[in-house]
Amino acid sequence: MPETMIRLEAVTKVFPGSDVAAVGNLSLEVAGGEIAVLVGPSGCGKTTTLKMINRLVEPTSGTITVAGEDIMSVPAHELRRRIGYVIQQIGLFPHRTIADNIATVPRLLGWDRARIDQRVDELFTLVDLDPTMCNRYPRELSGGQRQRAGVARALAADPPVLLMDEPFGAVDPIIRSRLQDELLDLQRRLHKTIVLVTHDIDEAIKLGDRVAILNIGGVLEQYGPPAEILRDPASPFVEDFLGSDRGIKRLSLMPIRDVALEPGPVVAAGSDSEAARAVMDRYGVDWFGILRGEQLAGWAWASELDDTPIATIEPKPFMVRLGLDDSLRDALDTVITSHTRVAPVFDGDRFAGMLTAEAISRELAR
Amino acid sequence: MTLLAQAAGDPRFFRWDWVWSHLDLIAQKVGEHLLLTGIALGVGLAISIALALIGLRFPKTYPPITWVTGLLYTIPSLALFAFLVPITGFTTLTSEIGLVSYTLLILVRNIVAGVQGIDPAVHESALGMGYGRRRLLFEIELPLALPVILAGLRIAAVTTIGLVTVTALIGKGGVGYFILTGLNRFFDTEIVLGSVLSVLIAVAVDLTLVVLERWLTPWTRQERGAT
Repeated sequence: MPETMIRLEAVTKVFPGSDVAAVGNLSLEVAGGEIAVLVGPSGCGKTTTLKMINRLVEPTSGTITVAGEDIMSVPAHELRRRIGYVIQQIGLFPHRTIADNIATVPRLLGWDRARIDQRVDELFTLVDLDPTMCNRYPRELSGGQRQRAGVARALAADPPVLLMDEPFGAVDPIIRSRLQDELLDLQRRLHKTIVLVTHDIDEAIKLGDRVAILNIGGVLEQYGPPAEILRDPASPFVEDFLGSDRGIKRLSLMPIRDVALEPGPVVAAGSDSEAARAVMDRYGVDWFGILRGEQLAGWAWASELDDTPIATIEPKPFMVRLGLDDSLRDALDTVITSHTRVAPVFDGDRFAGMLTAEAISRELAR
Repeated sequence: MTLLAQAAGDPRFFRWDWVWSHLDLIAQKVGEHLLLTGIALGVGLAISIALALIGLRFPKTYPPITWVTGLLYTIPSLALFAFLVPITGFTTLTSEIGLVSYTLLILVRNIVAGVQGIDPAVHESALGMGYGRRRLLFEIELPLALPVILAGLRIAAVTTIGLVTVTALIGKGGVGYFILTGLNRFFDTEIVLGSVLSVLIAVAVDLTLVVLERWLTPWTRQERGAT
């Protein structure tokens, strides 16, 4: 595991006028270069926890260190300039152009004009924001564009740590999914330490290297990689929070690459019908795939065999082709929607093998 | 005296020839009117910003501030001037004390409302990025409150321009001078001139402030095809 970037030790927050702790005795470590997602129902203190890291909320007790340094040992405004911050409503400054918004932290840090301009240009490219937007005001942008501008602004001074509070909560589901993919893509290039808060378990599973599931009062129920949490929920609360489709969620985290594929009921185009019948018997199906070299040409029904040589049958194409990087969830979807009840998998052009419902459920049980 | 006889004896309601022959005086009084208004608004704005900042920083002080400025606003202007003349005499200072005190209520209230009306998300993101209190105020809060502050300034300006005519009673009245001398001499032309000029100045200043607002707050415009 890489070095710890953010460490919370026995952190408690009791808001003035309240008897109960919003966050109680929470300890958590976030490794450098990882995305840690805090997820839980409302009232679980996930946002409070996030805000304690940049001191927008000051802990009642306990210590928090960022890059080994106690956050209380630096002035709050200096600490915050070293930590990127993105909130759900983005909070772009309405009276400043997008370029000026993105330049916020470099300006606070006193960079010179030329360096700021160059950095702003870089960021437009980095978050894939149309450069003609630079002189627009925030109200002239769409929700997705504002979100990108918000991320660009948070990344402006290249902070090692990024805090994101429900960053995709205000955009519609299609844009949200795209922005999530963009964040993952960005993270592959930048390797920031990201703490992200969400109430959406699917978002947590998709984005998190590690997911922290919090219960009411900031009680940490489980903290670990999403696959581990899905396979082995630590408490009934976690199990309940993960939902009834836990198995399906797990499948989405399992790439086909990690599964031993069966060849499936396929025969070479040059084989005779006896070979085809034998392979269909073995798999208990009434169809067979036809291979031409390493290419899977398609499939045919058993009834088409008769006495004609396989080479003369016109194979029906497989509608869906899965790659090794697709997930078992994609494979399951293919299996249950196709005529043949299998998912053919390809490594580039080469036929790699087939997945059946049995094979998929065997993987889940492992 | 000849002027008085000449004026009072004329049967016409409004005498343009009198206007043409007194253009210099009119220009001087309009200038004086604008100057008195400008000083009142400038000083009033400075005091109001200070009071509003105190009220925003220490919320407990805000109710007494609105209470005192509200009280000042309710004092009849004639009574205020009558009270001040024995202390400060027939001076510009007397006029300005009155004029300034009438701007405070509107301006303080609008500055505070403008700053409090800022989107909490903007406030939070500014703090989260490392703004200190002072820069937050001058770079984020006051600029964003500008439309509301300028709306208050427009009301204060129109009110002040009307009140300046009253200060003619203590010798400094801008175009109020014409109304006062016209009333003294039963000369309708001067009364009408003073009133119309006062209205024209109010309209002109208001329009100027509208233009100023558009220029200072380009982000509130929605011309370039928002998506």
